[in-house]
Amino acid sequence: MIESVILIASAFLLLVITLWKRKSSAKIREIAALTHLYRVLGLSVEDGTRMHVSLGSGSLFNARGGSALAGLAMLRHIAERTSVSDKPSVASAGDAVLGLLAQDTLQAGYQAAGVEELYVSTTGRVTGLSPFGYAAGAMNISRNENVSANILIGRFGPEVALLTDASDRENVIAIGASDDLVGQSVLFANTQDVLIGEELFATGAYLGAGASHVASLTVQDILRWLVILALLGGAFAKFAGLI
Amino acid sequence: MRVFAVVIAIVSGLLVLGGYFLQGFFPVLINVQTLLLTWAIILAGAAALVGVFNLITVHTDKIRRREPGSIYSALLVIFLAATFFLGLVLRPEHMIMRTVMNGVIIPVEAALMGLLTITLLYAAIRLLRRRADMMSIVFLVVAALVILGSATLPFVNIPILGTFSRWITQVLALGGARGILIGVALGTLTTGLRVLFGADRPYGGN
Repeated sequence: MIESVILIASAFLLLVITLWKRKSSAKIREIAALTHLYRVLGLSVEDGTRMHVSLGSGSLFNARGGSALAGLAMLRHIAERTSVSDKPSVASAGDAVLGLLAQDTLQAGYQAAGVEELYVSTTGRVTGLSPFGYAAGAMNISRNENVSANILIGRFGPEVALLTDASDRENVIAIGASDDLVGQSVLFANTQDVLIGEELFATGAYLGAGASHVASLTVQDILRWLVILALLGGAFAKFAGLI
Repeated sequence: MRVFAVVIAIVSGLLVLGGYFLQGFFPVLINVQTLLLTWAIILAGAAALVGVFNLITVHTDKIRRREPGSIYSALLVIFLAATFFLGLVLRPEHMIMRTVMNGVIIPVEAALMGLLTITLLYAAIRLLRRRADMMSIVFLVVAALVILGSATLPFVNIPILGTFSRWITQVLALGGARGILIGVALGTLTTGLRVLFGADRPYGGN
């Protein structure tokens, strides 16, 4: 029952706030990693180098599919902005369904930029079907394909260290985010810029993906405050002997 | 056509979601949900084949263009094709296929895991050079305390360190981890809703 109420309330809030945000400009706090990502995006087009978007090995068939969807939303905008570059962006995935969606998302980005004829299907790749197999395949892209930035957004475990190490050896900028706690701590130790926790889901809003992305940040903030109040209320009730 | 795809995606998403939340009111939704999820699993199986085909296309392109490292691409294509056809003919339960799995794939993944240990140690050493701030110092000190507290030290027994290490992992780290996971869950919820409303369309279209 409570799950249904949370879902319906979130859906309602998302719709209302999206309509509201379309009319008013959004104010969002600065996140160093996303500011850097925005700058890197412009630089890669200017100096004719490639961006590699690693979507991780998350499956869309379990509860952790959200990070893969967030990665795809970001890929859509990176593809649109880099489609006219001499070296178009490459996306790699460690799951077959995610790989297909990456190809579709890249193509949609090219369509939006009006250069669909430039789209090459091999820019969206499945590099392996196990986490380590995926990492081994994706390391190769940083080494051999004139990549200037490696954007790692999705589900990554400890194997992400192999990817960041490969980026480091080639002087490739690495910006990472994972929904996995181990992956997050490895990214914290291995990259200059890391997105922690729910910052992973804020990339669309910071890249100007539209009002719905900004609205979802506001909905997350509202829900977070409700969770905080529920936790404090529960602690107080327990302390007072009410529950 | 694009509108058609969006409508199918949204209706399918709503039906599957309805199967979870409205099964008490509409029992038929359970059957619809099961049917849709079965179709999704079959399609995912087909997608795995497409993924392998994509892998072969990428690597044969590399071989054709004689890119750096194309020798590895050639090895990958040869062994992928050999394993695929052997698996088709002999079936995955056959002794040869088990030997390939236990003698090649598992040791290679274990070797990568070993490599990872060194990589992580190296990354920890370089962390302060990369990002010399308070959080990096805290990260390194906590990591060192937890390792020392959980490792069996020869000739030395520091009882307070073990208790302190357990307190860090079971109180501070667990609390922080739950906070991060709640944030990730909220982000997943809103991302899912955006896809359900058709605001984000990872299945193509603008």
